[in-house]
Amino acid sequence: MPDPAPDPVINARPVLEMRGISKSFPGVRALSAVDLRLLPGEVHALMGQNGAGKSTLVKVLTGVHPPDAGQLLLDGVEIRPQSPLDAQRLGITTVYQEVNLCPNLSVAENICLGREGTSSLAIRWRAMRRRAEALLAELNIYIDVAAPLSSYPLAVQQMVAIARSLTAQTERGVQVRTRLLILDEPTSSLAQDEVKMLFAVMRRLKAQGIAILFISHFLDQAFEISDRFTVLRNGQRVGEYPVAALSAMDLIVKMVGKEIAEVGHTRAARSAAPAARPAGPAFLRARELGKTGSVTGLDLEALPGKAVGIAGLLGSGRTETARLLFGIDHADHGSLEIEGTPVRFTSPLDAIQRGLGYCPEDRKSEGIIAELSIRENIIIALQCKRGMFRNLSRARQDEIARSYIKLLGIKAHDADAPIAKLSGGNQQKVLLARWLATDPRMLILDEPTRGIDVGAKVEIMGQVMGLCDNGMAVVFSSSEMPEILQYADRVVVLRDRTKVGELDAAVADEHQVFQLIAGG
Amino acid sequence: MAAMAFVRRLTAKHNFWAIATLVLLLAYNLISNPHFFSISVRDGHLYGSIVDILNRASPLMIIAMGLTLVIATHGIDISVGAVVAISGAVAAAMIGGELVLSGGTGMEDVTQYPLPLVIAGALGVSLLCGMWNGALVSMIGMQPIIATLILLGTGRGVAQLITHGQIVTIYYSPYYELGNGFVLGVPFSLFIVATVAIALLLLTRRTALGLFIEAIGINPLASRLTGVRARSITFAVYAVCGLCAGIAGLIVSSNVKSADGNNAGLLFELDAILAVVLGGTSLTGGKFYLLGSILGALLIQTLTTTIYAAGVAPEVTLVVKGVVVLAVSILQSERIQILIGAGAAGRGGPAR
Amino acid sequence: MTRRSGLALLLHHKLLPLAVTIVLFGVMYGAGAYLFEGFLSLQVFLNFFIDNAFLAVTAIGMTFVILSGGIDLSVGSVIALTTMVSATLVEHHGWSPTLVIPLVLAMGSAIGLVMGLVIHYFRVQSFIVTLAGMFLARGLCYVISIDSITIENSFYTEISSFRIPLPFDTSITANVIVAFVMLAIAVYLAHFTRFGRTVYAIGGNEQSALLMGLPVARTKVLVYTFNGFCSALAGVVFTFYMLSGYGLHAQGMELDAIAAVVIGGTLLTGGSGYVVGTMFGVLIYGTIQTIISFEGSLSSWWTKIVIGLLLLAFCLLQRAFARTRRA
Repeated sequence: MPDPAPDPVINARPVLEMRGISKSFPGVRALSAVDLRLLPGEVHALMGQNGAGKSTLVKVLTGVHPPDAGQLLLDGVEIRPQSPLDAQRLGITTVYQEVNLCPNLSVAENICLGREGTSSLAIRWRAMRRRAEALLAELNIYIDVAAPLSSYPLAVQQMVAIARSLTAQTERGVQVRTRLLILDEPTSSLAQDEVKMLFAVMRRLKAQGIAILFISHFLDQAFEISDRFTVLRNGQRVGEYPVAALSAMDLIVKMVGKEIAEVGHTRAARSAAPAARPAGPAFLRARELGKTGSVTGLDLEALPGKAVGIAGLLGSGRTETARLLFGIDHADHGSLEIEGTPVRFTSPLDAIQRGLGYCPEDRKSEGIIAELSIRENIIIALQCKRGMFRNLSRARQDEIARSYIKLLGIKAHDADAPIAKLSGGNQQKVLLARWLATDPRMLILDEPTRGIDVGAKVEIMGQVMGLCDNGMAVVFSSSEMPEILQYADRVVVLRDRTKVGELDAAVADEHQVFQLIAGG
Repeated sequence: MAAMAFVRRLTAKHNFWAIATLVLLLAYNLISNPHFFSISVRDGHLYGSIVDILNRASPLMIIAMGLTLVIATHGIDISVGAVVAISGAVAAAMIGGELVLSGGTGMEDVTQYPLPLVIAGALGVSLLCGMWNGALVSMIGMQPIIATLILLGTGRGVAQLITHGQIVTIYYSPYYELGNGFVLGVPFSLFIVATVAIALLLLTRRTALGLFIEAIGINPLASRLTGVRARSITFAVYAVCGLCAGIAGLIVSSNVKSADGNNAGLLFELDAILAVVLGGTSLTGGKFYLLGSILGALLIQTLTTTIYAAGVAPEVTLVVKGVVVLAVSILQSERIQILIGAGAAGRGGPAR
Repeated sequence: MTRRSGLALLLHHKLLPLAVTIVLFGVMYGAGAYLFEGFLSLQVFLNFFIDNAFLAVTAIGMTFVILSGGIDLSVGSVIALTTMVSATLVEHHGWSPTLVIPLVLAMGSAIGLVMGLVIHYFRVQSFIVTLAGMFLARGLCYVISIDSITIENSFYTEISSFRIPLPFDTSITANVIVAFVMLAIAVYLAHFTRFGRTVYAIGGNEQSALLMGLPVARTKVLVYTFNGFCSALAGVVFTFYMLSGYGLHAQGMELDAIAAVVIGGTLLTGGSGYVVGTMFGVLIYGTIQTIISFEGSLSSWWTKIVIGLLLLAFCLLQRAFARTRRA
């Protein structure tokens, strides 16, 4: 791929260079001739949609997958890491979103085990603790290092992981310093102030000359912390750019490869559309609904043909709200009505029988059934709704699967392939198809666009909104405020697991929502 | 190349190794004993090595089918051997009675309860055992291996409690028919196997139950959220497995005309797991193959018979079974599957 | 950022299961002492160890396996095989015990090593591999002999009858010493070596342990090797205790060992527990056995039923712990 972008730092000697990396999996060319250069003391953001090849590139870099072609150079010397461990020994360490440490061990052990300072004959506990404390102090973290890791919040666990990655390792008597730190979606589960803390730590490390490869789908964060971007698309490198040379829109265009700003419904456009109908009586109405220890005092109305957006910070109770409405968690106070009749859901199946559907936030562990085929994943909810004994014939199943694959534009050549083989966006579409097949009256979508590339995001929300226009009630949550304001008719704002307000999206702006969230 | 691809496709099939081994074993038997496949009719009954193998394998086939469903939900039931003992013990206790000789040669049939009641009683208790396992796993959420390990331990104690620690002999000839009788020249136990097989196949493949079981085995949480009654189904498969073990227990005790709390069904759990695994159902749950498990059970029985025929002490079969379990689990492991190029069939999937 | 005081944290997370075990032992022992005359004698207490030294040794090995998140169903069979090989070599082939004992220990370790290699390198579930090991070891017993072989070798009989005198006219056997030496070694291994901490790490999260650069492969294989060694040592101890080799020896011992470990407070999911707890698990087992034998009218299978129920109770307890921890 040609790289037309200007490059002011072309002469700096990179810490790490990947040249012409290619990697194929059965049926997929994940990377083709990708280059990546990381300079000392820079934060380099690796940007791209889901399926662009970011994870594969990182996996090649950390020795999980051997490349089919291409070279890895560390300080100009060719390396061939055979495993993550091997990569670590070379000074390439990774900190993942889900912290890869042992929750049952103490913080000190998590930092020091297997590293310099622990002999194999006897562990010197006191020395280990002191060392861990010192390392954390470098990152401005002061905690009890004898406590198990699991007793600390995720942000602290991440700091522990970073502290560990900084410990020099002894490899056959030679100490290896960390040269390159890979942060793979580190901020996905962090609150705002925790992100600040992480960035502060990143800046410290940068100052020490460590190169940081930062992977995040939060564009604003990438702009805030990074020095340069490398953008991937469809397994190819689009280019390498200094941050200052790109605007957010430029970046998105490079990632997506098309102008997307015009795509998708906006609130204003939709209400003006002829398809929009006046809403009838509420399909679902929750009054003072809640569960002790979960969300409490929830008033919510879902009208046919209208979308309710649930806004709030992480931990404000968005997921809990969805779980209550869908009967996964059982409310212990308040009431729930469907079309005016009081209901009490004891299981998701009850909710499904009444015409509800739910796309969970955690697609991988709560959504897809990985080894079942796309077809089976699509028809399973309908089959559950019909009951075990009213079996859908194979022909009928094929027909349903085919029609939804076509309708939602799912990129699958074979409906009988396992769903696990699809990309995140396509898996989400299959989940959507699963519910559409049940002909639902109302869909609950918890962060439907999370971890999905920009193009698929717009496509999926567009489809949901289309259904909404045709009379389906929609309740969705999102951590991205513009998304909520763009797609919702009404916005329910949560704070500390309770509802603090409701706004009309047509007249509300971000500022008003933030005020409610902040408790103003 | 084409030949290689063919081999790959063949070896990737879930029951390739089982069939291949069975064929090899049968071939060996044929070489060592040319009459191996001959079937004769005596007193209107079929006789021959093959019939014998089928007959002897029937308890294992039934248990293996029940266990298949459990394993498909990513569970395991190692208490089946104990349930076999309990079922036989209950039947023997309900029949009860002492030996009464009639006319010098024959034996008088003695039973406290009519046969249907005896069968219902034994199967009822077995079902309860299965439900107990099911409750521990599905309602309390215990690991299946531990939940059923508890019944494995206590179950034998319970069986011995019922038989008062003794071998109880059954003096009731209608009961013998279950394990030793013939109908239309075919061993009666095979009819039982066929009935169980047809019932389970109808239940799992003619309804959506099979899909639901597989879904639970792969991702229980997601299954529940799509409306699968994961808890009830998990409970039910353990109950069915207990019932199957109970049926097998009746056949076993009928075979030996007695109930032995200590030794009946000993190590059955191991044979049954082996049968299921040989049949192609993965121990990690998901896709399951009832007929494969029957095949697995046949393979195990053929192996036992072959070793017997070779004049080796039957206990030594254990060594062979051990080696076979090891070999099969290694052959089915991801490493080897990748090595022989059938990696696409492996689990795990590509990068996220 | 929630932080509790160190002690509260420790109590909440780690020591509570062990505390429950110790209290349970106290209660059961107290109940036995209250119910039966002569129960409260030092010798009866010491007999817990004398009669269950082999269980203690094998349960110690099992503790490491369960801590690493695995399970080993082969221990009973390996014990039986050890007694069988010892008996046949000493009695039928006239080998010296000084040669036979190291040999059987090496054999047990080798069996564990092979199982560990298969479990780790072929990614086969531990219970299926050890199930195969169980078949294999029992089968090998019968290859040697179907019948029991009595040991009359003077070395074995002397060790068997050897008593180490203790105050108050009591004594223990050499087996008890072996068990306590193993306990000391195991405590050191578990808490003061990198091997031990790696075992905990693997039990906590194997993938993470791997990414942390810990020697997961070596440790996992070593855990099974160590357990194989412990089983063989338990077999040697058992040989001293029974003075015979028999293929039916230690039938169902894997269950007792697992029960002792779990009752001792080790989480079945791995990553949490104490070797010392296992010793209390064995003591509880001994107490139940002794109570049942003191009672007189109860048959021996009641031990199995009670142990099963206790195992159940502890599993339920563990689930309750896991729940409060998550909350």
